[in-house]
Amino acid sequence: MAKAHVTTTVNGDPVEFLCDAEQTLLDVLRDELYLTGSKEGCGSGDCGACSVIVDDRLVCACLMLGVEAEGHSIETIEGMANGDQLHPLQTKFLEHAALQCGVCTPGILVAAKSLLERNPDPTEIEVRYWLAGNLCRCTGYDKIVRAVLDTAQEIRGG
Amino acid sequence: MRYEAPETIEGAVKLLAGGGPRGRVLAGGTDLLVQLRAGMIAPELVVDIKRIDETREIREEGGRLVIGAAVTGAELGEHAAAKAMWPGVVEATELIGSTQIQGRASLAGNLCNASPAADTVPALVAAAATCRIAGPGGERRVPVEEVCTGPGELSLDDGEFVVAFEFPERPPRSADAYLRFIPRTEMDIAVVGAGVNLSFDDNGRCAAARVSLGAVAPTVILVEEAGRALVGTECDDAALQNMAAAASAACRPIDDKRGTVEYRTKVAGVLATRAAKIAAQRAKGAR
Repeated sequence: MAKAHVTTTVNGDPVEFLCDAEQTLLDVLRDELYLTGSKEGCGSGDCGACSVIVDDRLVCACLMLGVEAEGHSIETIEGMANGDQLHPLQTKFLEHAALQCGVCTPGILVAAKSLLERNPDPTEIEVRYWLAGNLCRCTGYDKIVRAVLDTAQEIRGG
Repeated sequence: MRYEAPETIEGAVKLLAGGGPRGRVLAGGTDLLVQLRAGMIAPELVVDIKRIDETREIREEGGRLVIGAAVTGAELGEHAAAKAMWPGVVEATELIGSTQIQGRASLAGNLCNASPAADTVPALVAAAATCRIAGPGGERRVPVEEVCTGPGELSLDDGEFVVAFEFPERPPRSADAYLRFIPRTEMDIAVVGAGVNLSFDDNGRCAAARVSLGAVAPTVILVEEAGRALVGTECDDAALQNMAAAASAACRPIDDKRGTVEYRTKVAGVLATRAAKIAAQRAKGAR
């Protein structure tokens, strides 16, 4: 079976790749485009470690085929910092020590960014529900939630 | 595996009809990709229906809501008009999975995955929604409750797929509600689900009622007896008790890690009662 040729946008840059129909978007990001920030935790949409934004929607890259990316716009963790300038969420995650092993962190940062773009002033409950699809097995969630709330406050100018 | 993303209904039908039994329809993919990865299915052809306009739109046609097969949970949840007309259907959809799953998961996928515990299906059945199905023989309309015939089993023929869900006109003083019981607050599969859809006359008596249950039988069930127990009443406690008894009597659940037969049977009545109270309250607040 010939590989499919896919034209898409990743982190604002036009990107073309070849892939098999069976490859997920996560496979393509990691194995074809070498964007290894998105992690495979479960491969079944339960853990959120592969969270990316497709056309402004937060999705699991493991639950989307690479060929489905044709014509769409994808944002990954690699596009979050602006050069050496970390995104405010990244800075706050460091300040609050909201990570340990770091496998869940890219997905949680992408998910939190997507939340703050929609809702700049979320309650703690809203943050917890929004991030319910992102599992962390070491830090626990309190520091993560605090970091997100603190970032929101900082971005709002508080 | 071959992947195709046709832009028309005819194109999708042609592909699926030619693909034989090993063709699969892809909407949001939140079940299909998991099954692919687990090796549970090995399709030769996957037909992505998301580039077909009719599967992606939410529209109102002469007071009737139409929701495309591949509309995502997130899109439906943000649609104020859909939420106002069918709050039970929208709340059932929004209960499914995480934010990430909501970004992809669709009504038709939830129906055609054919799980007895699918959250949207009792709400769609209570709403008396109809599936617009396209296939090699043309189009047909099928009530949602007739689409699934058993766990993982559909009444669709080879080459057929769901294009959209069509809802009936909404009389005044009507509303629906869906409740699911799970042992946690989110991200879980129903132990029992209950959808209730009620209409009241201008004297405050129930004019029409549909009660549907999930996760208590091999398919989602429409419990006509339970609906009949409410019609003509003011949905008072006695009527609700009769309805709950009818709901529990219709259950044919299995014992599994989520709940026992006895537990599910009891909870079905309790949950249907609570959903009916919410639907009645909403209907009274409706125009």
